[in-house]
Amino acid sequence: MNLSLKWLNDYVKIDIPVGDFAFGMTMSGSKVEKWTDMSAPLEKIVCGKVVSIEKHADSDKLWVAQVDVGTGENVQIVTGAQNVTAGVLVPVVLEGGVVFNRTDGSVLKIKRGKLRGIESMGMMCNYDELGLTIADLPYADPNGILLLDGDPEAEKLSPGMDITEFLGIKDIAVEFEITNNRPDCLSVIGLAKEAGATFNLPVNIKKPKFTGISGDLELTVSVENKSLCSRYMAAVVKNVKIEPSPRWLAERLRASGVRAINNLVDITNFVMLEYGHPMHAFDKRYVEGDEIIVRNASDKEKIVLLDGEERILSGEALVIADSKKPIAIAGVMGGEFSGINDDTKEVVFESACFDGVSVRKTAQRIGRRTESSSRFEKGIDPANAENALLRALELVELLGCGQVIKTIIDEDFSQKEPVRVKYDYNRINAILGSDISETDQLEILSRLGFKKEDGHIVVPSIRTDIKLECDIAEEVARIYGYNEIGATLPRVLSEIEASKEDEFLKKTGIIMQGQGCHETMTFSFISPKAYEKAGVSVTADESVVIRNPLGEETGVMRASMLPSMLEVISRNYNNRNPDGRFYEIGTVYRRAISDKNDALPTESKILCIGLYGENEDFLSLKGLVEELNERFEIKARFTPLDSDNSYHPGRCAEISASGDVIGIIGEAHPSVAENYDIGTRIYLGELKTEKLMQYSRENPRFKALPKYPSMTRDLSLLCDLETPAGKVAELISAAAVNLERLTLFDTYSGSQIPDGKKSLSYKLIFRKSDSTLTDEETDKATARILRTLEQKGINLRV
Amino acid sequence: MIKETLEKIEQLRDKTLLAIKDSIYVEAVNDIRVKTLGKKGELTTVLKQMGSLAPDERPIIGAKANEVRETVETAILEQTAKLKTLRDEQNIKKETIDVTLPGKRRPLGKSHPLRVVLEDLKDIFRSMGYTVVSGPEIEEVRFVFDMLNTPAGHPARDESDTFYINDDVVLRTQTSSVQIRAMLENKLPIAIISPGRVYRRDEVDATHSPVFHQCEGLVVGKDITFADLKGTLETFMKRLYGNSVRLRFRPHQFPYTEPSAEVDLSCFKCGGNSDTGDSGSAQSGYCSFCKNEGWIEMLGAGVVHPQVLINCGIDPEIYSGFAFGVGLERITMMRYEIDDMRLLYENDIRFLRQF
Repeated sequence: MNLSLKWLNDYVKIDIPVGDFAFGMTMSGSKVEKWTDMSAPLEKIVCGKVVSIEKHADSDKLWVAQVDVGTGENVQIVTGAQNVTAGVLVPVVLEGGVVFNRTDGSVLKIKRGKLRGIESMGMMCNYDELGLTIADLPYADPNGILLLDGDPEAEKLSPGMDITEFLGIKDIAVEFEITNNRPDCLSVIGLAKEAGATFNLPVNIKKPKFTGISGDLELTVSVENKSLCSRYMAAVVKNVKIEPSPRWLAERLRASGVRAINNLVDITNFVMLEYGHPMHAFDKRYVEGDEIIVRNASDKEKIVLLDGEERILSGEALVIADSKKPIAIAGVMGGEFSGINDDTKEVVFESACFDGVSVRKTAQRIGRRTESSSRFEKGIDPANAENALLRALELVELLGCGQVIKTIIDEDFSQKEPVRVKYDYNRINAILGSDISETDQLEILSRLGFKKEDGHIVVPSIRTDIKLECDIAEEVARIYGYNEIGATLPRVLSEIEASKEDEFLKKTGIIMQGQGCHETMTFSFISPKAYEKAGVSVTADESVVIRNPLGEETGVMRASMLPSMLEVISRNYNNRNPDGRFYEIGTVYRRAISDKNDALPTESKILCIGLYGENEDFLSLKGLVEELNERFEIKARFTPLDSDNSYHPGRCAEISASGDVIGIIGEAHPSVAENYDIGTRIYLGELKTEKLMQYSRENPRFKALPKYPSMTRDLSLLCDLETPAGKVAELISAAAVNLERLTLFDTYSGSQIPDGKKSLSYKLIFRKSDSTLTDEETDKATARILRTLEQKGINLRV
Repeated sequence: MIKETLEKIEQLRDKTLLAIKDSIYVEAVNDIRVKTLGKKGELTTVLKQMGSLAPDERPIIGAKANEVRETVETAILEQTAKLKTLRDEQNIKKETIDVTLPGKRRPLGKSHPLRVVLEDLKDIFRSMGYTVVSGPEIEEVRFVFDMLNTPAGHPARDESDTFYINDDVVLRTQTSSVQIRAMLENKLPIAIISPGRVYRRDEVDATHSPVFHQCEGLVVGKDITFADLKGTLETFMKRLYGNSVRLRFRPHQFPYTEPSAEVDLSCFKCGGNSDTGDSGSAQSGYCSFCKNEGWIEMLGAGVVHPQVLINCGIDPEIYSGFAFGVGLERITMMRYEIDDMRLLYENDIRFLRQF
């Protein structure tokens, strides 16, 4: 909403600097975004009277004028315009003044200069150099200098007078950001009332009046759908004279960002801006059957709108129709013949109240949101329809652009009873935590147009947003000043218990970071094609599909973290970052196949790990996970897995704890890496954080440090090449007595080792907790291990 | 005989002292000691032969031998010390390295900047007695809209603004849905924050993302007021930005709170000093952070709308509450002066390493 300060001053006298005005309004709830000096960058433009003018001695086209600019000394100006004669009044840009460049609209600073040897001390100008159009100054000659003698108010002019002031350019437009609940503030009168309340100033608004002529309306109105049209008012204007609007009206429109067109159209726009109520004007000759019907469209009914495009309507749309056809979509836009033309003779003014949701839906469906529809959709006061119509008719008479038939049609089904809110000033203070006296509260409320009656606050109908005590509290608070209310701290201790997950995940993050992994955050939605690309199998039934995605790339909620992580690695690799360690604790979304439609999909958190670069391999990835497991005391088992399409079948392990799968790690399948244009090996891991938490020891318990010495044995074992080291370790552990630690320190195959065999070298540390372990005991324990291994074909290497 | 023996001892002494003096290795000195003073050493051997001496000669020889032993031992100690110092000096010289070479590092990973801010927020609110709660991102319409006083037909519910899974299920547009779930548990009083991901149908650009993060807070109890909200947010902002920041509350509108406010923070870049009340022209000392307004819009807040309490089975005559919501991206981008939101989700390691 752009508010002309000049217009505002018609209702409330604001004589403080605009900055203070903006601040005050912002702090009482009408937020000012910015303000613009409408005359900027124009400078030093005054009225000049041409005293004499003669041909330039050295040019056929140039003239040299002596101009009285009110300083007592004439200035000499050389001009190329051909319409200037001695005695005329013209706008003169003095030396150092600023206008717009008429060719490209850029800013032009006027300097003293010589034109063909003759000094020129300024410039005479036309409307475009003042940032105006021919519509603003219809008497102007587009090809010459603006001759102000043609102005209807020319008698007010005298040399030296500020032209921006005279032409009504001097104004300040204040841009407000109005919240959706205050459609009343999308109007000059609404803001005038707010300004009055904010600055405690009297607001002078008169009920508009018109005289009218007697005569036959030759129009009937019937409202078929009363729930979508609570009020429909119509008036007829005859003997219409289409003309440009007077300056005071045009300049107010201009400051509000609306272009002046002609008196009738300008009146509807003016009233909409002034009262905040959208109106429509129909050319009556196109209202067939002299009948207006407010009804739902029939299905697939067609209408060509003012914008020249045909729309096909559904039965939900509300239309204004004559006896034969729809002539407007209610509250959105008029039909092609409904507008005002230069030859319009009779006009029907519509001032109605349509249902906001219906208007919004229709505007959306036909893809055309208008100033009118956006006002209706916020909700409109039926009582204001009358003010708007009366004001329009008043203006018709004031501007002399037609004769108003005295009779007005008013089909009114609206609620008339004002809203009453139970009032107790203590309750208001209880909501606010304030101590504002009843007198002060009522004073504030009365400034806003509220009245107290029998323990209730009576709400003016224009304030469609006020229904409850809390609404009244806000009214009091915002005028009293939010920042005048104290600041206290509540004394509450939440009864809701914190989940342990949060702390667990935080620790997980710290462990990952300690191992050099950077945390990533990626979008939760991905392309449905990403699964195949990443080798992830997700069925259509499991996938959570967004009905209205921004695009296919973000069409489904991810059921796996791998596509997100692969994108991260792909981007980093392609940005030529040589290596990277990443982790993300992200949510995956999956619909359980058995779920009914109304159940929410499951959301579970996955710790996803991604590594690439020269120093990374499967074991560095595994080490990361082992470190994590150790920190959480999770006893995990790694089993080879060759059936997951995301992973290299020979370099992938499933991780389980107590027989329960908790995750998977491995090198990315070569074809997956290729799909993501990654020319290096990638190592990926997915761990279910819920499972990690389940199998972690919550409170690690202290174990006493050993008191007795340990015994060490090194064993080099020969086994089949295919035998997993993990299997050998398991056999050793199972057979061992008093084994404290088992470490694999070497693996070898090649010369000196039989074909198809490999050597595994282990260091075994034995210890007893209650006494010193003897050599014999250790030898016995070792022999026992070796016997078990021999049974599996694993022998001591000799 | 005694003379011979004394001469022998003296010769041994002189020879040994010379050898000690000529030694250039600590080990060599040690060898000399063993050779001379050890169990089978030369001096020891001499002493062992004392048995063959006359009883009156023994004390003389004994005294001499002890004197020589002491002399030799002293010489050994001195020479050893000298050689050790020399050796250490040589070793140190040999081992001297270029300490300006770059260090060997095991680099730590970093938290995502959004996480850093989120953890800060959680810490602040936990210390103020709040519980951190979470809830589903794919959420029922009633929890996201209906119960939050955003009825059917409200623009926020449009398909152009909100992602739908089906008519009844959406991607939550704020984490207030978590608050509804918390209120429905009916354990009062409540003091919670619900940080998390939210979704709005905005195209990606420098300041918008269809996925972003919010941290919303809710307090419900007896006698909770707008003033309590003000005090809480002041404490929060001062902990986050330091005690010198000032807050400004402006009236605003949200469906689920009444009265509602938008909260501005005095610009932490220029300290709010460019608050000239004059908008427009860029002068010297222009603050691009607050655009010379002196204030930065930070969050939305308000007193919980009684209808929302009723919807959750809480009696607004007895209980009241306040709620607030703040965008993590906004705080993060301002804290680190990140000028493009897309960087947060691109996860380039050169970006991630910076926080």
